[in-house]
Amino acid sequence: MTTNTVADVDLSGSATTSAKLTLVKPKRSAAGKVLDFLGSSVINLVLALVAIFWLVPTVGLFIASLRDSTDNSQSGWWTVFTRPAQLTFDNYAELLGNPQFVGSFVNTIAIAIPTTVLVIVIGALAGYAFAWVEFPGRDWLLVGVIVLLAVPVQVALIPIARLFGTLGLFGSIAGVVIFHTAFGLPFAIFLLRNFFTQIPGELMEAARLDGASDWRIFSRIVLPLGMPAVASLGIFQFLWVWNDLLIALIFTNASSQPVTVAIQGQLRQFGANIDVLSSGAFLSMIIPLIVFFAFQRYFVTALLAGSQR
Amino acid sequence: MTTAVGNPPATPKSAATAGGTGGRHQKAAGGRRLFIALAFLAPALVLLGVLVVYPVIYSIYRSLFDAAGSNFLGLGNYITMFTDPATFVAIRNNVIWVLVVPVTVTILGLIFAVLMDRIKWGIAFKLIVFMPMAISMVAAGVIFRTTFQENPNLGVVNAALVGVHDIFGGSSAYPNARPREDAGLAEADGAIQTDGTVQAGSVADFPLIGINESNIPGTAASAVAADDPAGDAISGTVWLDFIRGGGGTPGEIGDDKVGLPDVTVTALDSSGEVVATARTAADGTYTLTGLPAEDLTLSLPATNFSASYAGVSWLGPALVTAVVILSYIWIWAGFAMVMIASGLSAMDRSLQEAARMDGANEWQVFRRITAPLLSPVLIVVFVTLIVNVLKIFDLVYVIPPPSSLPDATVIAVQMWTVSFGGGNDQGLGSALAVLLLILVLPFMIINVRRFRMDRER
Repeated sequence: MTTNTVADVDLSGSATTSAKLTLVKPKRSAAGKVLDFLGSSVINLVLALVAIFWLVPTVGLFIASLRDSTDNSQSGWWTVFTRPAQLTFDNYAELLGNPQFVGSFVNTIAIAIPTTVLVIVIGALAGYAFAWVEFPGRDWLLVGVIVLLAVPVQVALIPIARLFGTLGLFGSIAGVVIFHTAFGLPFAIFLLRNFFTQIPGELMEAARLDGASDWRIFSRIVLPLGMPAVASLGIFQFLWVWNDLLIALIFTNASSQPVTVAIQGQLRQFGANIDVLSSGAFLSMIIPLIVFFAFQRYFVTALLAGSQR
Repeated sequence: MTTAVGNPPATPKSAATAGGTGGRHQKAAGGRRLFIALAFLAPALVLLGVLVVYPVIYSIYRSLFDAAGSNFLGLGNYITMFTDPATFVAIRNNVIWVLVVPVTVTILGLIFAVLMDRIKWGIAFKLIVFMPMAISMVAAGVIFRTTFQENPNLGVVNAALVGVHDIFGGSSAYPNARPREDAGLAEADGAIQTDGTVQAGSVADFPLIGINESNIPGTAASAVAADDPAGDAISGTVWLDFIRGGGGTPGEIGDDKVGLPDVTVTALDSSGEVVATARTAADGTYTLTGLPAEDLTLSLPATNFSASYAGVSWLGPALVTAVVILSYIWIWAGFAMVMIASGLSAMDRSLQEAARMDGANEWQVFRRITAPLLSPVLIVVFVTLIVNVLKIFDLVYVIPPPSSLPDATVIAVQMWTVSFGGGNDQGLGSALAVLLLILVLPFMIINVRRFRMDRER
């Protein structure tokens, strides 16, 4: 009962105090039914239009990725509806045969997976300390972490570029992983600490009475029980790093660049490169989309836990 | 975890007592707890210290020096920031972003979340709108740059605009056409006219050149000579007097020459008034009928030849920011929608039902009950968006073509350009980074306050 009409408000409104009437579904007048129908069809229409607006750009690029460069430079993707014969997988075949593109794909994986693992491990350790180890200055330190939640990466670009230059990390995948890990940590600690504090304290006390060490409590109780939170953080962090452009743009070179930077580099000759750009963009989207649709629930949980990065 | 405030209501304190048991051992135990805590915290603290805290301090320090890093400028870089036209445009654009985007996205998210409940395919709708959150802004940028291309043969938005425009305004088919020399024709104000006058009952032909073959519709047929006209009529042919690869006699209709369909032909009297109008057929022939017996001038009006409507220059300097903002909305509306929808579903609906029973209409229920109950979620969404919008980089870097990037630039892009993208002024770059930090500062304070409030509950 989400849609209400004037007609049934009139019916029930006259008898607000009668609990009986609220249980009986008010009989709807013909006019009320018509209004309901009109209301819902307008809503359906509006949302259908919105859905089309949201889909057309992606569908268009997908179709463009299935056309060769001559077609793409002469006519729009919508001509497939009259001339479906032009569709081809050549762009994908060519891109997957291009060692540089495949290399950038491997680089993206080599950046995203270690970062995600590191952020989870380091964040979980710190989250446990903040949730279950009472130590002097704990609240003060936690406030510090919350302050760091919103620090813009821009502030770190110049200093870290210098630092990595000195350490020889500039242009290496390891450097990008370290950078992403550091900037992923405040959110990771915040999220995991919040979940860990919800674990019942009796479990911890019982384990301590049995002589369990903190490490044992962390690895045998807190981590297994906090798995949903770890999954949420992992999905969120993975997508974040996979999709990053800025940090990779600065800290990688031609041999260590991820897909986003490779695609960005092709943008300079946009008109001539639509076939490469569109298929490259779609290849770069496949894994995030699979992860997203498979683990959507966890991703939403991470968002709800308050991301302000 | 239903609300975005994201803090559990109760923090168990029992862990503390579990650690320190006896009064005598308290101090030693406290020291031990600190040691354990440090062991767990060490990796995080080292990384945060070296890669986040130290850079903040260094950036503030560095922003006080010039490009080379040797001369102390004081606040010089901060003054440059607001006086240099390029960085000023960036700051102005960021202001536009902050004023427009968070409000629009939050309202759209709210509308979608409320309406989504009322359709049968709500889950499909949610996935469609939420999906862009998963893809990179680079991919989204490629998507939008393709969609908003200027060439109406390639960009779908301009193709649609031109399509709609042509339905209402009619299209002009033959830009840049001109008459064949020595054919008794002249150009006048974009129109092509007969040089002298023509009487009813005669034939007037229009051999034209300079027409791009791609502008000739597929329906065009070979040009033929028009039938002899009746006494009150003039007939003739409009054709492309040019054969690809050469051949043919200029000014004469031949099989290899193509007629020009849909050209408007008008007959003008001596005062320039239109007395008759006709359109050419597929073979280029036309017949004007019902003409008065006087000297007439035949004219192909300028509307046949003016350059056709080519859509809007979306990625040009004037509109590029609007397109980038649109792409951002496309990505983030799903975020707002999902956050608000979860706020809605966690809400106790009994108040709304009660208000409806009391005769409130849907709008009143929404305005007086739902919206106020939702306000914590709305605020979190809004604040998250402001913080994100302040730091916007990828989309602005990817969508605008190089020629309009200076008009679309924002602080984060300018920071990159100034310090890494050729500017090589890390002093000014640091100052811009610190500006971002200062702009985000209020939201850091809000975060800390919200955290403190949650703890006290």
